[in-house]
Amino acid sequence: MLTIVVFLPAAGALGLLLLRAEDHLWIRRAALTVALANFALSLLLLAGFDRTWPGYQFEEMRPWIESPPIHYHLGVDGISLFLVLLTTFLVPVAVLASWRGITERVRMFHILLLVLETGMVGVFVALDLFLFFVFWEVMLVPMYFLIGIWGHERRIYAAIKFVLFTMAGSVLMLVAILWLYAVTGTFDLPRIQALLVNGVLVLSPVTELLLFSAFFLAFAIKVPLFPLHTWLPDAHVEAPTAGSVILAGVLLKMGTYGLLRFCLPLFPEASRLLAPGIAVLAIAGILYGALVAMVQPDLKKLIAYSSVSHLGFVVLGIFAFNAIGIEGAIYQMLNHGISTGGLFLVAGMLYDRRHTHQIDAFGGLATPMPVLAAFYLLLCLSSLGLPMLNGFVGEFLILLGVFRVEKWWAALAACGIILSAVYLLWSYQRVFFGAVTAEPNRHLPDADRRERILLATLAGLILWMGIGSPMFITRMEAATARVLREMERPAVHNVGPVAPERPDPAQMLRELERLRQDMHPVE
Amino acid sequence: MLPAATDYYRLLPEILAAVFGTIVMLLEPFLRREHKAALSWLGMLGAAAALGAAVLVRSDAGPAFFHLIQADPFTFFLRLLIYATALLVMLAARAYLDRENLPHGEFYALVLLGSVGMGVMAAAAELVTVFIGLEISSLSTYILASYRREALRANESALKYFLLGSFATAFFLFGVALVYGATGTARLEQVAEGVASVLLLKLGLALVFIGLAFKVASAPFHVWTPDVYEGAPAPVTALLSTAPKAAAFAVLLRIAGTVLPATLLWFWVLWGSAALTMFVGNLAALVQSNVKRMLAYSSIAHAGYILVALAAGTEAAYAAALYYLAAYALMKLGAFTLVAHLAGRGERRLTLEDYAGLARREPVVAATLSLYLLSLLGLPLTAGFLGKFYVFVAGLRAELLGLVVLAAVNTLLGAYYYLRVILYMYFREPDPTYEHAAREPVPAGTGLVLAATAAGTLLLGIFPGHLMRIAELAAASFR
Repeated sequence: MLTIVVFLPAAGALGLLLLRAEDHLWIRRAALTVALANFALSLLLLAGFDRTWPGYQFEEMRPWIESPPIHYHLGVDGISLFLVLLTTFLVPVAVLASWRGITERVRMFHILLLVLETGMVGVFVALDLFLFFVFWEVMLVPMYFLIGIWGHERRIYAAIKFVLFTMAGSVLMLVAILWLYAVTGTFDLPRIQALLVNGVLVLSPVTELLLFSAFFLAFAIKVPLFPLHTWLPDAHVEAPTAGSVILAGVLLKMGTYGLLRFCLPLFPEASRLLAPGIAVLAIAGILYGALVAMVQPDLKKLIAYSSVSHLGFVVLGIFAFNAIGIEGAIYQMLNHGISTGGLFLVAGMLYDRRHTHQIDAFGGLATPMPVLAAFYLLLCLSSLGLPMLNGFVGEFLILLGVFRVEKWWAALAACGIILSAVYLLWSYQRVFFGAVTAEPNRHLPDADRRERILLATLAGLILWMGIGSPMFITRMEAATARVLREMERPAVHNVGPVAPERPDPAQMLRELERLRQDMHPVE
Repeated sequence: MLPAATDYYRLLPEILAAVFGTIVMLLEPFLRREHKAALSWLGMLGAAAALGAAVLVRSDAGPAFFHLIQADPFTFFLRLLIYATALLVMLAARAYLDRENLPHGEFYALVLLGSVGMGVMAAAAELVTVFIGLEISSLSTYILASYRREALRANESALKYFLLGSFATAFFLFGVALVYGATGTARLEQVAEGVASVLLLKLGLALVFIGLAFKVASAPFHVWTPDVYEGAPAPVTALLSTAPKAAAFAVLLRIAGTVLPATLLWFWVLWGSAALTMFVGNLAALVQSNVKRMLAYSSIAHAGYILVALAAGTEAAYAAALYYLAAYALMKLGAFTLVAHLAGRGERRLTLEDYAGLARREPVVAATLSLYLLSLLGLPLTAGFLGKFYVFVAGLRAELLGLVVLAAVNTLLGAYYYLRVILYMYFREPDPTYEHAAREPVPAGTGLVLAATAAGTLLLGIFPGHLMRIAELAAASFR
């Protein structure tokens, strides 16, 4: 079942190769069909999900490589389930979003998008560290091409920067994964987890700290946590609309997902030790992202910096180490994927019409395009956390969780919400309110049917997630509780793996010599 | 005491390759000009026969020629590698030789004879025999490097290769003499047994290492590599960067695996050399605008990764090194063959600018080259990743955390320049004033080589199990 969800898009991508490269319409339709079919399949996962079971569900395990033992091991729990759904939901959105904007190398674009989907879903469901790393890295390639080929002016710079930043983190993560293997003899996440929880394996504090840092760096770059965020505005601004939607909606979540899936349960002591520092960075990111977003003249850059701010909340929630904070963080991941994805969609729609992202170029757009304006407002409100909309639930839970740990963190983070209201509403005001300032804007067409359907779907979800949050939260509870349980360690203390002593060459030679003399005594 | 039939049998692959090489050479003057290209079939037949013989001999492992030669699983692995490389090089070279108007016969003969030398190196269990193999292989490769006689670059390349190569072999020979002086034997198994003078042994082993380090192009003995690789005809570069390197690594591995003092004395040498080689190769590759030269520097860097495995010095590490050699040979063969094809007549189109917009003109070619580059970079699902993976695992298990971290950092450096080629192919459009080469279809032989190496790169990247088992068996033969 999970295998199908993971590889259906890749199979679809292969199928697209059969179509002629010129049949743009059919390629789009085929890609959309595959993406929608995959979304439908992933809804079946939701239907069959058992909310009381804390472990992994829909597990699949097959040996892949014998030595070292690597398994094709997939599974979802309450944390990854919704992220999978978010991914499979946003891919058809991305296909629809590029219906008009992408006119060159259409077939390749959709192939890459579908391959990317395989990589993203794979990251969320892989339970073998090796397999996880494979998906994690393979996903970089299509994104590199998406930004590099279909991006805007500075696309090449942005694409390279994106890949190098991500790889900088992931090579160290690879070393950490291999180190874990060298210590445990397995790549299987649940098994390593069991070894740690049962106290069979105890990592020395230094080892744990190093391993944690390697994993954390990789994820922090992806999130991106302040001050590692500099790749994000470039990548977002230069990427095509679909790329931005996927990037903001899913790729950033891989970082926070990784923190939750690997850093916390595998290295709890190090996590606790470094939590204050990380929280400071997260809060700095919240405030800094919001302040910088406020002064951006470029709409896409504004949304990009708002992502830095919002993801700071998620990290803060995770490092509160309590159920409310973590559930809020997961919820906020979903919210951010939908709201910010939606904001990027609108920015892309404006770009399709005016070929610019500069806020100055707009103004008074509510007159020619009232529908688009209304949807943009809704997305803004959701993003800034208006009660009854989805953003409120996530931010509220996070702040509640954080407040229980450290009041000051919550207080500072709450300032970020105020700032987000400032920059989002101000951007709305500058783009949509007032008189039409530029002549070409006077007769811009309003949202067409495709765009309305897209935005209406998002709006529906935003409302639903704002009101029907228990439906989501109850499914996360068991897994969240498990993560917190896994963070407890039995109180056994011994050292980590002991380094075998490397013999001194000279002494070894002397010993050889002695051995020889013993065997052939001088007559 | 005369050699018995089994002795010859255990050296059968080399004998067959030598016989075929000689036949090709002798037949050449008697053929008319237009028929000479047919010699490629004979050459490939020779390589295939050697491959077949290697498989045949596999079941009958053991020493031959009074322990000068050792036909064990290790030898088998390298024979496969060397003769398969020779086969693929000859397959791809035919179209190249036609295009550049170069003589056919000698080329195939030299490739075959060169691989005889490499085979002997791989099979040798005694240092003087290693030297003989080294000389045989070097002489053929010197000539091959200067195969484009009219090209100035090729001559420079060959001269440099010859001078520095002779220098290196002299080092090696001197080292062998010292080792003999210190221990009274040149047989690897016995070297450790009777040490008369530790100082002499140390000196000798150091010189042996230097000689071999030249051949594998590890820093600081790598200086000849970029010039030679750039100047030599591209199919020869494909050969140079794979088979002789594998043979020299085979000798290093065998010495490290069987001679205990070497393992111990070399540890820090290998450590330092590995670190230096990776950094030198990758840093220099960053600034290259000539693709062939960039790939030359990348081969230096890859030698560094293999040295990491040698420094680790465990059986698993040796298996990892062997796996890496095979993976590396596949992707480098593919990449250089493709570069040879794209360079056009006279090998003029070699800069990054020439690759701009290639994806639009020749999507399949660009995709194939991207695959090799991503594999060289070490992206998962390619052979290159698993090579690195095994090496890193072995390194960490041997507690070489520092070196493995350095290697990981180098992977990142590598990412920049490999991705840059892809960037040119996919994201850039050529300058409007740029004169395109007439689009040449990929010749059948070249296409076959590309298909084989690309499929191999993917296959080894997804299902490494089978080859790894052979490599593990091979590494176990030192026990």
